[in-house]
This record gives sequence, structure tokens and C-alpha cells, in this order.
Amino acid sequence: MISPPIPGPPEPQAANPPSSPASAPQPVRPSLSELFIAFATISLSGFGGVLAWSRRMMVEERKWLTPEQFNETYALCAFLPGGNILNFSVIFGSRFRGPLGSLAAFAGLMGPPTLLVMFIGGIYARYGDLPALRHMLTGVASAAAGLMMATVAKMARPLFRDRAVIRPLIGLATFISIGVLHWPLPLVLAVIVPVSIGIAWVRV
Amino acid sequence: MKTDGGTLLTLTGFFAVLSLFAIGGGNSAVPEMHRFSVDVQHWLTDRQFADTFALAQLTPGPNLIIVTLIGYHVAGVLGALVTTLAMCGPSGVFAFFVGRASDRFKGSFWHGAVSRGLVPVTLGLTASSATVIATTADYSWKAALITLATALTAYFVRVHPLWAFAVAALLGLCGLV
Repeated sequence: MISPPIPGPPEPQAANPPSSPASAPQPVRPSLSELFIAFATISLSGFGGVLAWSRRMMVEERKWLTPEQFNETYALCAFLPGGNILNFSVIFGSRFRGPLGSLAAFAGLMGPPTLLVMFIGGIYARYGDLPALRHMLTGVASAAAGLMMATVAKMARPLFRDRAVIRPLIGLATFISIGVLHWPLPLVLAVIVPVSIGIAWVRV
Repeated sequence: MKTDGGTLLTLTGFFAVLSLFAIGGGNSAVPEMHRFSVDVQHWLTDRQFADTFALAQLTPGPNLIIVTLIGYHVAGVLGALVTTLAMCGPSGVFAFFVGRASDRFKGSFWHGAVSRGLVPVTLGLTASSATVIATTADYSWKAALITLATALTAYFVRVHPLWAFAVAALLGLCGLV
């Protein structure tokens, strides 16, 4: 495959109109305010499935990333610690506008939901003991637990498919130490992550 | 609920460390948040924690927003802001530098080993989150039935989370949970 990036001087790109389909498809470069608005929009429209929204906006609507770039960036974010979409906002913003771009994207992603959730927290503090609200929340929590179980079941399928014993065992060991025995997370991860990565390394 | 400096410091310290251990996204850190804020610090009861989780699910935005609610519950607006920044800061800075360097080791050997090694751990953590939430909610056999029905439906068909939550909330409202 021919990879496009032959980095020329930045000035002619900036002078050109953003979309000239005949030449190499250089992605449009978002400004700081565009970064903020894009991630605020993604954040506020993303119930649970932020990934789908970010893909639609970044790749299909604004054409800031090619599908390949999106997948690569997202794969990177998924294995970094912290929220995936949060890492995505930081890396994406930095790629276009440096540290300020990271901050703009991060502020867009976290600012509006932070304000919103504090408002919701205020309502809960006042009305949290109403039986109707409590029952509704119990219902939602029960459904959310079910959704997570379905995710686990889907993720687990490929682990068992390659007839490996060790990877399911690592998953089980993590579950027992955290989910059943309630051991502190940093301690458990300090042991289990190096072991798991080490095994994956040796068995390539 | 008193908002002294010590509480804010405890919030900051705990969530700043947790930030770097939240592999596989915000939801996999839920059991640790529960262990610390319910079992160790007694900031919330089991039921309040389950409610907080449910409220975070109902709020648009990253799942991570649950930490803002915990901070708000413990120490008001200041607590919410401090907790949010503590949870996002360290991992965000880490992601920033890795993102800058990522072109250099893209597709390299350890990259594959790291991501493949993390998958089973993330799996175990997500299973733990589901268990912790399921066992801390006011759990009746009806609630268990909702969990089971949601799990089966979401496994076999693509369900938008909002639909699942709407149905479950409605069942709860009718007193069926």
C-alpha cells in the first residue's frame, strides 16, 4: 500500500482550500475551538457507546482521521490506563494542536458531563430516598450489571477459541482476587499484569 | 459531610493512583472504587454506591464520570472537581507522552504482547465490576431477573444501553424490582 504522508512545509497546506479531492487526501486540521466542540458533542451524545459516536464524527463527518488512523489510535488508547475515550481525546488533540489541543479536547469531553453530573448529584442528594427513584436506580444498576456480563461473555469467546488454558486462567484469577476476595487493585495488577504480558511475550 | 483538607487530599491521592491502574477503561476500576469508598472510608453505603453507578450510567459522557459523583457525594462541588482531575490527570499525561512517541514503536513486538496480555485481565476486571454492582444494589430475585434478562438479550442482539436502562427503570418505577 502507498502511504500518503510526505511531510512538506506546512505553509502551502494552510494556504490551500481544505478539500481538494484531486491531490493527496490530507485530513482537515481542526482548530482548538473545533476540538472542544467536537469532543463536547461526542461526550453529550454518547450514552455508553462513545466509541461509535467518536468514529462517526472523526472519520465520516469531519474527515479528520482515515478509518485506519482511527483504528490505530483507538487500539493504542484501549491498552493505555484510564478511560479509553479520555486517552483518545488527549492523543487526538495533541496530534493536531499540541498540548493546547489536548487540553481543549479534554475540556470538551469532561467539562459538560461534569457540570451535568453535579446537577444530577444535587438532585440525588435531595430526593435519593424517595422509594420511586430508588427502585428506578436499582433497576438501572441491575440492567447495567447485565450489560457488563454480556460484554464479558463476548470478550471471553476468542480467549477460549484458541484452546489456550493460561489466558482464561488469568481472567479467572483476576476475577477471583478482585470480584470475590476484594483485594486492592494496585497489588493485584502489580502481580498479574507482568505475568500475563510475560506469557503473551513468550508465546508469540 | 464535612469538607476538610484531609478528605480532599485522600480523594486526590486515591484517584490519582487509581487513574494509572484503570486498565481497560473506567468500568474496570469500579470494584476498587467500591472497596475504598464503601469498605475502607465508609463514605457511601452499598446502596448509595449502586445508585451512584446507576446515575453515572444515565449521564451522557464517559463512564469515568462516576468518580465525579463520588467526589460530589463526599465533598461537594470542590470534591467533584478535585476527584475528576485526579482521575483524569495522571493517565491523561501518560497518554499524551505515549501518543507523541507512538509512531516510533507502532506495531512493534512488545506492543502486541502488552495488548494481548491485558485482554484477559480486563476481562476479569469487567466481570468483577458486574459482580460488585449486582451484589451491592438492593438485590432481590426480581433485580437478579433483570440482570439475567439484560445479559441474555445483550449477548444475542445489539441493544442500545438506553433502551435497557429505560425498560429497567420503568420496571422499577412500577415497583417490580
